[in-house]
Amino acid sequence: MAEDVVTFHRQSKSILRVLIKGDWNISFGLQNPERFLAHIKSNPETSHVEFDASLLGAWDSSLISYVVSLNALSKEHHLKIDITQLPEGIVRLVALAEAVPEREGAAKNKVKPVFVDDLGSRLINVYAQLSAFITFFGETLLSIARLVKGTAVFRRQDLFIFLQDNGPSSLGIVTLISVLMGMILAFVGAVQLQQFGASIYVASLVGLAMAREMAAMMTAIIMAGRTGAAYAAQLGSMQVNEEVDALKTMGVSPFDFLVLPRTLALVCMMPLLTVYANVMGILGGALVAMIMLDLSWSMYIEQMMATVPLKHFLIGLFKSIIFGVLVALSGCYMGMNSGRSASAVGQATTNAVVLGIVLIIVFDSLVTIVTTVLGV
Amino acid sequence: MNDESSTSAHIRVRNLTMKYGDKLIQQDLNFDINHNDIFIIMGGSGCGKSTLLKHMIGLYQPAEGQIFVNDSSLWDETEATRQKMMRQFGVTYQAGAMISSLTLSENVGMPLELYTKLQPKEIIELARLKLSMVGLAGFENYYPSEISGGMLKRAALARAIALDPKILFFDEPSAGLDPVSARLLDDLILELRDSMKATIVIVTHELASIFSIGNNSVFLDPETKTMLTTGNPNTLLTDCHLPKVQQFLRRGEVANVL
Ligand SMILES: Nc1ncnc2c1ncn2[C@@H]1O[C@H](COP(=O)(O)OP(=O)(O)O)[C@@H](O)[C@H]1O
Ligand SMILES: [Mg+2]
Repeated sequence: MAEDVVTFHRQSKSILRVLIKGDWNISFGLQNPERFLAHIKSNPETSHVEFDASLLGAWDSSLISYVVSLNALSKEHHLKIDITQLPEGIVRLVALAEAVPEREGAAKNKVKPVFVDDLGSRLINVYAQLSAFITFFGETLLSIARLVKGTAVFRRQDLFIFLQDNGPSSLGIVTLISVLMGMILAFVGAVQLQQFGASIYVASLVGLAMAREMAAMMTAIIMAGRTGAAYAAQLGSMQVNEEVDALKTMGVSPFDFLVLPRTLALVCMMPLLTVYANVMGILGGALVAMIMLDLSWSMYIEQMMATVPLKHFLIGLFKSIIFGVLVALSGCYMGMNSGRSASAVGQATTNAVVLGIVLIIVFDSLVTIVTTVLGV
Repeated sequence: MNDESSTSAHIRVRNLTMKYGDKLIQQDLNFDINHNDIFIIMGGSGCGKSTLLKHMIGLYQPAEGQIFVNDSSLWDETEATRQKMMRQFGVTYQAGAMISSLTLSENVGMPLELYTKLQPKEIIELARLKLSMVGLAGFENYYPSEISGGMLKRAALARAIALDPKILFFDEPSAGLDPVSARLLDDLILELRDSMKATIVIVTHELASIFSIGNNSVFLDPETKTMLTTGNPNTLLTDCHLPKVQQFLRRGEVANVL
């Protein structure tokens, strides 16, 4: 079949006639111009190419594509090609395809980078990201300064909506994770401490771990997945719709209007959630202590009060405030710097969660090192 | 793509009523679209033009009435037949609707990939051809977010003609374009109609387009929720004396002709 639809005939030494016949349909595949090329190469005296379409049946783009490629090849080999014998529709479509030449420099070729190139461009990218994030942080500080001065423009309702969403609406998931966290800590401790007959120290273990590390950290990670991702998606799709540009033209700082209420809401709610997570974790631990270790509620609480000083709660609380800032900023940063397409928004959301969690862990390690050195 | 010298209409709409849930959009629509027509759907904003278009391409099922394409009723056929009928349609949407995670070449190649057995290399070649037909040669590897609005409209057109459709539907193809680009797009549509022997249905408010390329039309009215008239827009301008139609066709200047 493939051989049938086009044949080549020599009219004279210099004229090559291309006979097009039968039905052309893209479902049969495209014709390869190889044979045409072979013909003109084997007859270097060829100077003219003509078409004969008297036996042509139905046709579609597959024929246009073929004619366009013959045209290009003929031009390349300095042959005169005459397509006027083809049906009018074909001539016009070919003309249309060739009407606007490829714009100089428009073509983008996908080049595969060499390893060193790739590494270099990644490093440059990291550096650019870092300085962009610092700029973003600075802008946010300026925005907070405007808030203090009372010149920041944002809607108070927005703030309340975010407060509601970050606080009460996240209680369910925070409860679940914290109770389980407390139970896991108690279980792990119980197995070890029972061997020494020191089961009562489960209370100290749970209290210390929750207060100083786990409550703040788990809450922050939950909020990074929940709120950080939501912030990035919201701001990213606003970028796509040019809403951020619209705000700028109206003279409203997107930092005041979008970033500020989101950050404030999360920073307010994070310590409250952490206190709540502490209570839930301690309850979870108590559950295990009472069922597995036969400790009474009052023994558990008294032991905890006696061995876990308040400063651990305060350190946890302090960290939670900073975590709130980090999560809100990484969400907003990724959203504000999102590309303008659906997939870019998805990417921004992923990045927001990853960046949020990385920052949480890094900051937590720093605090641990500093407090250990200071002996706090 | 060759002539189908059929005398009957290409698309016939009979007693069509369209609703979203209980909300009536338009009712009792009756009109014919002939082979090779450039058919204009016109009317004020929100009167249901896009909705009508989406009914004609088989996206939404009519609340009542029929849409015949080549004498077979779109919604009285089996699902498989309807899918096959829909494949003869090329459509561009009001907001462009290019898939943002794919390059222009991949966007245009997607219908080819789905509905033909062409090799990947052949698909790239055909996508390149279609893009060059709309004047976008060399932009194959660009993403939709990297090109201008006018180019996006043309890229959408390239995707619409990927499968050599018999009927092309355009939803406000020239909205948001400068007059020169809009004019070029009109010329392109005319050229495609003539060379591909296609039938074209356009939703548009551009009076210039309506009069220069349209040879048939329907006028929808948002208040009475039905069509006011159908016919060649140039004839309507002189012969139709309905005030709403005159107002629309004369940009609100209800002239002394009445
Ligand atoms: N998916 C939908 N669901 C419900 N109502 C819709 C939907 N799409 C459009 N509408 C309503 O139908 C009416 C007609 O819309 P549309 O066909 O888009 O108008 P236009 O003539 O401007 O293209 C409008 O009132 C719109 O609000
Ligand atoms: Mg519309």
